[in-house]
Amino acid sequence: MKLDKNIIFKNWLILIAIVLLSVAPFMMNNYWIDVFFFFGIYALLGLSLNIVLGEVGLFDLGHVAFMAIGAYTTAILNTKFGIPIIILLPVSALAAAGFAWLVCSPIIHLRGDYLCIVTIGMGEIVRLTLINNPFGITGGPNGVFGIDFPSLGNIFMIDNSTEFYFLIWIVVGLTILALINLQRSRIGRAWNCIREDEIAAESTGIDVRYYKLLAFILGAGLAGVAGNIYASKLMIVSPESFTFMESCMLFCIVLIGGMGSIPGVLIGAAAISLFPEVFRTFAQYRMLIFGAAMVIMMVFRPGGIWPRKRGAVEFKSLLLKAGRDNV
Amino acid sequence: MFKDNSVNMEMSVDTNKINENINSDKKEALETQELTKRFGGLIAVNNFDLKVNQGEISSLIGPNGAGKTTVFNVVTGIYQPDGGRVIFKGEDLAGNKPHQIVAKGIARTFQNIRLFSNMTCLENVMSGQHCRGSAGVWSSVFKSSYQKGEENRIREEAERRLHQVGLWKFRDELAKNIAYGSQRMLEIARALASNPDLLILDEPSSGLNDKESEDLMKFLKIVLKEDLTILLIEHDMNVVMGISDWVTVMDEGKKIAGGLPEDIYHNPLVIEAYLGKEEGEEL
Ligand SMILES: Nc1ncnc2c1ncn2[C@@H]1O[C@H](COP(=O)(O)OP(=O)(O)OP(=O)(O)O)[C@@H](O)[C@H]1O
Ligand SMILES: [Mg+2]
Repeated sequence: MKLDKNIIFKNWLILIAIVLLSVAPFMMNNYWIDVFFFFGIYALLGLSLNIVLGEVGLFDLGHVAFMAIGAYTTAILNTKFGIPIIILLPVSALAAAGFAWLVCSPIIHLRGDYLCIVTIGMGEIVRLTLINNPFGITGGPNGVFGIDFPSLGNIFMIDNSTEFYFLIWIVVGLTILALINLQRSRIGRAWNCIREDEIAAESTGIDVRYYKLLAFILGAGLAGVAGNIYASKLMIVSPESFTFMESCMLFCIVLIGGMGSIPGVLIGAAAISLFPEVFRTFAQYRMLIFGAAMVIMMVFRPGGIWPRKRGAVEFKSLLLKAGRDNV
Repeated sequence: MFKDNSVNMEMSVDTNKINENINSDKKEALETQELTKRFGGLIAVNNFDLKVNQGEISSLIGPNGAGKTTVFNVVTGIYQPDGGRVIFKGEDLAGNKPHQIVAKGIARTFQNIRLFSNMTCLENVMSGQHCRGSAGVWSSVFKSSYQKGEENRIREEAERRLHQVGLWKFRDELAKNIAYGSQRMLEIARALASNPDLLILDEPSSGLNDKESEDLMKFLKIVLKEDLTILLIEHDMNVVMGISDWVTVMDEGKKIAGGLPEDIYHNPLVIEAYLGKEEGEEL
């Protein structure tokens, strides 16, 4: 009976969230619609990092690099060759995923803190490469501008805030559905097993290397999608959007909400994107407040605000595990 | 005293020979030949020969630090051997990764229990079935009928194993929240869930009370009938003598004896290895 009530409560919550999200843009001005658009972007990025960090427990502090690859793929192919944004959506996802495969294959065996440092390096190398304008295609520090809106011939064109709002949230919705199915499959289980105990996972018959790479590739692909939508919304991409700080923000989203928890990621994304808007006056203390919030969270609610039901995964215990590899 | 001992030794050599003969007309599930594993200067396993007969329970015993766990780690692919071979079902396992060896039919448990702590007991056992499934990303995302069928099969098999080890009532509990004895059984259930041909257990009764050990022995004898072979490391002599068909003794990385449990029990070499020379004489 108790379980039933829980499910009903959850379904109601989901329904209310969907209704609120679909009427919201008609009750807000463009400024707030844009704020919610970026909430959606952060949600998508958070979901993508959650695969790597939350589900598999891999410390990825360079995740925004995958978004950058997606965004620049879209920007360059669109401005140079005029390929429509819609077609570039899967292309950007594939480019980011392929990049993840290339870069992560040689480092995937690294454990915990070592992997973390290498991903930071990867993120910085990508950003510096973009600044240095290789082959004159990335536009250096100025970036690439004049990116089209997503359109399908004369049939439709996404060119205002409300339409972008729906675009991102529909993508987020579909992603959530896909991720829920993945969580409940043998792949999701394999990911969680690796997070819990790598050696036990391998000895239980799970190809640890394969599933870690898979997580990076899927996570990067989703970040690439976010990059595509972001590029066409802003119509410009530049290296300063893809700094180490952004990767840290994404890390915070997953930690604040609860690792491996989809509602948790949404809450985390809301906190990161809405909070600074609500408390405009404190804007310059933003980082200070986030820092303090993180410390307080780690001490009092190490599993996150909304941990995944079956048991909170504590960041601390993951850190401890990172060093442990004896049999 | 000295004289007595030497007579005993000769006798034991004889029984060893007879035993080898009994042993030789059975089919081996697993064999290690001249297996060697070094850690820096330390030779943890030294030219070690082990035979595990199909359908039997074999035990590997020896004092602390003898190299037993290292043998298991080499057999299951966690370490690569520095010399020698591991032969399973007539095939050399060299170069295989642990998950490939599981797929070939060897499942194991660990001396210090290694469960997936923040996952439920059912999920723990279901993960044992992982290598018997094949659904990929797309079929999982879109819940293809193939994936659903496979998932049902995985769940049913895991549920059967949970019933078998008597942990059905804890299926939705997190693995870290159940009692120590139950955790040991859960780990065995997870290993069994991969439908292995050879189950290897590293000190399964350590930390269990007498009743739990009894139950474990009964359980192992029952699952043995499922066309299984069992190899275990064990310190508890009651368990070793109670269920083993064959006992191999190792000390300082080397095999010092192999035989039927009752012969091993009286073998002076074994007693010496366990108790040291001086104390051995007092026996
Ligand atoms: N990864 C390793 N690195 C270095 N030395 C190791 C390693 N693993 C084991 N050893 C050493 O190898 C020897 C054999 O260890 P092993 O764990 O195999 O013994 P064991 O027979 O299982 O002992 P116990 O009954 O205490 O479990 C010991 O001296 C141990 O210190
Ligand atoms: Mg041991």
